[in-house]
Order: sequence, then structure tokens, then C-alpha cells
Amino acid sequence: MLRTRSRPPTTRLRPRTVVVALLVLLAAMVFAVVAGSGELGWQRVLGELAAQVTGGTSPLSEREAAIVWELRAPRVLLAGLVGAALAGAGAAFQGVFRNPLADPYLLGAAAGAGMAATIVVVFVPAVTGWLIGPLPLAAFAGALGGVGLSWLLGRSAGGSGTATLLLAGVAVTAFLTAIQTFVQQLNTDTIKQVYTWTLGGLNVTGWRDLWLALPYVAVAAVVLCGCARLLDVLTLGDAEAASLGIRPGRVRLVLLAAASLATAAAVAVSGLIGFVGIVVPHIVRLLAGASYRVVLPLSLIGGAVFLVLADFVARTALPGELPLGVVTAFAGAPFFAMVLRTSRGRTP
Amino acid sequence: MTELRLRNVSAGYGAKPVVRDVSAEVSSGGWFAIVGPNGAGKSTLLKAIAGLVPCQGTVELDGKTPPRKEKARVLGYAPQNPVLPEGLTVTDYVLLGRTPHLGLLARESATDVSIVEDTLERLDLSALAGRKLRTLSGGEQQRTVLARVLAQRTSLLLLDEPTTGLDVGHAQALLERLDLLRREDGTTVVSTLHDLTFAAQYADELLLLDGGEVAASGKPAEVLTPQRLRDHYAAETEVLHTREGHPVVAPIRRPT
Ligand SMILES: Nc1ncnc2c1ncn2[C@@H]1O[C@H](COP(=O)(O)OP(=O)(O)OP(=O)(O)O)[C@@H](O)[C@H]1O
Ligand SMILES: [Mg+2]
Repeated sequence: MLRTRSRPPTTRLRPRTVVVALLVLLAAMVFAVVAGSGELGWQRVLGELAAQVTGGTSPLSEREAAIVWELRAPRVLLAGLVGAALAGAGAAFQGVFRNPLADPYLLGAAAGAGMAATIVVVFVPAVTGWLIGPLPLAAFAGALGGVGLSWLLGRSAGGSGTATLLLAGVAVTAFLTAIQTFVQQLNTDTIKQVYTWTLGGLNVTGWRDLWLALPYVAVAAVVLCGCARLLDVLTLGDAEAASLGIRPGRVRLVLLAAASLATAAAVAVSGLIGFVGIVVPHIVRLLAGASYRVVLPLSLIGGAVFLVLADFVARTALPGELPLGVVTAFAGAPFFAMVLRTSRGRTP
Repeated sequence: MTELRLRNVSAGYGAKPVVRDVSAEVSSGGWFAIVGPNGAGKSTLLKAIAGLVPCQGTVELDGKTPPRKEKARVLGYAPQNPVLPEGLTVTDYVLLGRTPHLGLLARESATDVSIVEDTLERLDLSALAGRKLRTLSGGEQQRTVLARVLAQRTSLLLLDEPTTGLDVGHAQALLERLDLLRREDGTTVVSTLHDLTFAAQYADELLLLDGGEVAASGKPAEVLTPQRLRDHYAAETEVLHTREGHPVVAPIRRPT
């Protein structure tokens, strides 16, 4: 391999890559809306979408159009949003902890949300007429509470290092899970409901959940992408990052806060969907390089694509609906293995 | 002009300081080598200068004690055991050295990229520019770390054992490179060096640390005596001299 002196090969996000990724996302979403509305006939649904874009007349009746716009479209968009949130947060966690197996639930987000959801299912009577149901609200607060608790415990145990924080996360997770199990044990009749929530799913009607989660995920996405370069600096270790004028502890706090906010918003509207936060960033790394300036934005888009397709499978594979978390693991693991195999031989 | 001045510096990790009461002055464009046996506190002293461990006493750069970000623009630090993020390419890694010169959220400009390009060429790394760090040999990794620090373009370099793992040719080339930088740009070098012969050849001032305290300091020929090497390293040596008059520390085999 002979190189003349040309531009050195810096890993940067090329605009073309982003455009292609966004087109793939758009295609996945259109596919999920159109093919997911089988009973209406895919040509007619496509006609409805075209009519909305061009302002022409739609082949669908008003009731049929409502199925598309009040059931399918918000669900597909919400799947995209949740996928982006989990994958982006996962990438950030892996960077902060310098550990490829870190996922956004590591610091007690899942345990906190699970405990709060259980308590609500058991103790709060079904209410109607709230703007936000008590379950998503509790899950959101529980997720943030779990992470906050881990952070405080890690700090009080001394050291701003990541190892302490990780162990604090383990302790908090165990503690909150114990509470959840205890409450569940006393109320075995609610186990199925909690279990269903735990497996994750996007059973939504209308746009409300989307608008609720969007601001948090959007803010988090902007913060994470803005800090992507700092995340690269963090991978040098605390001493070297500090010698480059960065405050590692502070950068970590900002990144973890943003990632946890996105995670909590996702958990609130979709329950616990595993695997996305680990598998998507890794696929991006294998395909596009390890710099977080590439990994973070592409994980956001890739996570959206992945979950839109996974949710489509969950909805259509069997007559009943499959839990989304089951689909992400079932489809994601072999796909991940395949990417791993094909790319290992290729990397220099 | 004094580039770096240490006054009664004590530093350590816990309650008890590992380095005690070190005072020294390094003039601009000088090469100051810290030597001493394993565990003497050499690395700790460098970290204290870089502001990476809690430290008492004063560390003045150019007569000032600059805040963190400004400090990173005048002082570059390469640790003894650097962490190499394995997935990054050589170029991406070296680009991180530009961090102190960028705004918090800014991207590198074309100038930054060309500085990196230049640095890679100077260190004979251009052919490796696109390689992943984990695929480099130990010596190549060592040079890449140095490239990252040089890309920082600072007037003071703190290098912890920069020649570890390099063969004699590459070690010499690297020290020559630093020496050239010193003469051309007036860069000041503070390094720890295990190889006392190299230390004697390149440094104009040695500081011998033992047990965290200064055992001796001064010109290499004054510091490196067989008696001191016996006292502080427990080593049997003979100090020879090259034709130019540089001391050569030769270990001698103990009679059996
Ligand atoms: N992170 C740490 N926490 C506690 N003690 C430490 C730490 N790092 C080093 N020490 C101790 O401080 C002393 C000085 O260590 P230092 O790394 O400065 O030695 P050194 O002179 O650089 O040795 P070497 O030649 O082996 O590199 C040693 O006794 C060591 O055990
Ligand atoms: Mg050392």
C-alpha cells in the first residue's frame, strides 16, 4: 500500500453517510407503515401517503385513514424515537465506562423503572383522564431516580473513577430489584401485568406518547452529539484527558445525565427493551469506525431503523403481538453475529 | 529564562506524600532528566508538574500558575503506560492532541489536520496513518503517543520513559528528534529516563530521586558516579566516557 502525501485519513462523519442513513430510515418507516397495514391493501396506503405529500385525493376512507394516521404512523415514529434513544444512550455509556458491554440500564435505570412500575401497578388504582398515565410517569421518575442514586452512592464511596460508579450501579440495581420482587411476591396477581411491561412494547394509540418523549430524546441527542469529541478524549483515560485540559468527571456527568434522560423517556413509553443499546452501537463501530463522532450520530439513526423493523416484526410475525424485547434479542443476536463474522476478516 | 520552577513540591496519592520537598529550575530550551530507581517517585513528580495528582508547594510555568485549559496549551504530558483506545486510527488518536486548542464543542480545522500530518511525518509514522492502534507494534505505539503529545504544540514536554520498548536505533532517533525540536523551537523537555547513558548524553541537567527525595542534581557527569549508583541503585557500575566526553554507565558483572 503506497500512499502519496494526501489528506490523512481522519474518521469524520461525511454528509453523504448521514443522508444515506436517513434515507434508509425513511424507507424503513414507510415500509413499516405501508406493509404493517396489510388489511387496507398496500397500494391504497401508499396512495394515501402520496396524497398527504402531494395534496392529491386519497384512496382511503376517513376511517381507514385514521387507522394509518392514528395507529400506524405514531407507533412507527415512536419506535424510531425509542430506538434512537436507547442506541444513542448505549453508545454514550460504552464510551463513558470504556466498556463494550455497558448498556443504558447499567446504572439502575431499568431497576428503578421496574420498581416504580411495579409499585404503581400494585398500589395505584387504574385512573383515567390523566394527561400522562401513572405508569409512564413512575417509570420515568424511577429510571432517573435509579441513576441518580447510583451517582450519589458512587460519589460518596469516593473517587470520580468509573469503576466505583459501576459498582454503585450494581448495588442500586440489586437493592431496587429486591424491593420490586418483594412487592410482587406479596401481590402475585399482578405479576403478569408487570412482566408484560418489563418485556417492552409500543402499544400506543395516537400521538401523545411521541410528543411526551420527543423533547427529552431530542435534547439528549443534541448534547450527546455535541460531546462526541469529548467522549473520544475520555477514552484516553482520566489522566491523559485531564492533561489535555478536560475535566473528565464533569464531562462524564453531562454525558450520563443526557443518556439517562433519553433512556428514562424511552422506558416510560415502551417498557424495558433490551439489546438495542448494545447491538446497534457495535454494528456501527464495525461498519464505520470507533470514533464517537461517527458512532453517536449513526447509532441514533441506526437504533431508529432497528427498532422500527423490530416493532414491525413484533406486530406482524404472529397473529397475536410479540413482546418487542423478545424480538430485538431474537433478531438482533444473529444479525450481530453475522456482522461480527464478516467484518473481523476485513479490518486491517 | 526560566520555563519551569518547582518550589518545595510534595506530592502523593493518599495521606503520605510519595515525593517530598523537590525544588528545581529548568531553563527554557533545556533538557531536564529525572532518574532514580524503580518506585523512587519519578512518574509521580511528573504527574505533579502536570497537575494530575494532589500536590503541595508551587509549580510555576514561565513564572505563572496557569489554569487547566491554558496549562494544556503550554504543557504536554505522555504517561509511562498510556491508554490506547484500541479502535481508533493513528490519525484520529493524534488529532486528540489538538483538544486544548479547540473550543469545547468545536471541530478541528484544516490547520489542525495539517499539524497532525506534519507531526506524523516527523516521527516517521505517515505510512501508519490509517492503521488501528491495536494493530501497531509496541514501539510504533510508543511513537504514536509521542506524536499525540507533539501535536499539542506545547513549549514544555513532560515525557515519562519515552524510550521504553524502543530498539536502540529508534530510541536514538526519538531522542535526536526531541533534541532537534529543542534547538529549533526552543521546546523544553522534562523526561524520566531509565537508560542513564542516554540520559547523560541528551540531558543538560539530571535530578536523581531516591525514596521520593532529591539525592543529587546537576550536570550528568557530576551526578553519575559509581558511588551514587551503588548507594541508590544498588548497582555495580563503571562510568566510562565517550570520545565526546559523555559518561557511559556500564554495569559490571559481580565476581562470583
Ligand atoms: N496510584 C498510586 N496509588 C498509590 N501509590 C502509588 C500509585 N502510583 C505509584 N504509587 C507508589 O508511589 C511510589 C512512586 O511511584 P512512581 O510511579 O512515581 O515511581 P517511579 O519512580 O516512576 O518508578 P518506575 O521507575 O518503576 O517507573 C511507589 O512506591 C508506588 O508504589
Ligand atoms: Mg515511573
